[in-house]
Amino acid sequence: MSALAPPVGPADHAHGPEDAPVTLVEYGDYECPHCGLAHPIVKAVESLLGDRLRFVFRHFPIASNHPHAEHAAEMAEAAAERGKFWEMHDLLYGNQGALEDADLLGYAEGLGIDPAWAASALRSGTFAERVRASFLSGVRSGVNGTPTFFINGVRHEGPWDEESLLAAIAAAAVTAQR
Amino acid sequence: MSPDPRSDSQLLPAGTPAPDFTLPQEPNIPLRLSDLRGRPVILLFYPADWSPVCGDEVALFNEVLPEFQRHGAELLGLSVDGVWCHRAFREARNLRFPLLADFEPKGAVARAYGVYREKDGISERALFVIDAEGIIRWSYLSPIGVNPGADGVLAALEALPNPTAATEVKS
Repeated sequence: MSALAPPVGPADHAHGPEDAPVTLVEYGDYECPHCGLAHPIVKAVESLLGDRLRFVFRHFPIASNHPHAEHAAEMAEAAAERGKFWEMHDLLYGNQGALEDADLLGYAEGLGIDPAWAASALRSGTFAERVRASFLSGVRSGVNGTPTFFINGVRHEGPWDEESLLAAIAAAAVTAQR
Repeated sequence: MSPDPRSDSQLLPAGTPAPDFTLPQEPNIPLRLSDLRGRPVILLFYPADWSPVCGDEVALFNEVLPEFQRHGAELLGLSVDGVWCHRAFREARNLRFPLLADFEPKGAVARAYGVYREKDGISERALFVIDAEGIIRWSYLSPIGVNPGADGVLAALEALPNPTAATEVKS
């Protein structure tokens, strides 16, 4: 239990060098307020560690709690198709109170993505399967809520404030060097 | 650690026939466990409707429901809350699986499965996977405040000998 399955691979949205000593994976939901709190913390950790960290985000929308989370995740996937995953990711977390379909299409347009294409992708669920696969990988990995972090494939237990994450990442970096 | 003698030590283990029960799933609509024979059943015991962790756990299981159904399995939630409380909770959370009221006599089913907390008057947070013949194949007791996740249930369903039993019985 509590090991990341499948491991990080080419299908993942990754930020940072592939050969970084530490990979931090977050399972998150764009409408989850805790994930909203985690977003700037992850940003700060990324900017402090630079090339020493790779960050990967996987979707874990809980639709019965967060009715907008599924479409938000699909929109992030649509943006990924146009090479704009991280830009959309930041917009979604920066605007957690405005995640109606119309808002999502506005963010797409702002990123230079054809809103008509994005709207049809949402309507027909073009990216739903990708989001579901991400969610199920989380279920398999023992994710029970969001955000859940894995550091080099091992689930991070306990608090995820900046200091705690940095300490856990530093410990994983030491292990990785041995 | 718990002073409650009926807590974790009595969790019915794998290999035990699942005690049969009849509980209301809606006002005046009873559900009998043995009527589901022929397909796997997941019992999700939780302490109470509305409490934060329970909300997360039932929301997660609700989201994973299509995977359970792929195995032909039936998911049943159980707590000592009454039918009207369950109905309000199901509607508020858009839950697509039944919540059974282990309400009168209170906690009788939880007791039969060894997951009743006498001291608190609620059930433990526990999971059981019962096979198509009514035998418990996997059981798990979670710390009361911890959502156990669904990976253990999925692994247990995959380990069952005949996951397509349900369709065969129907035809």
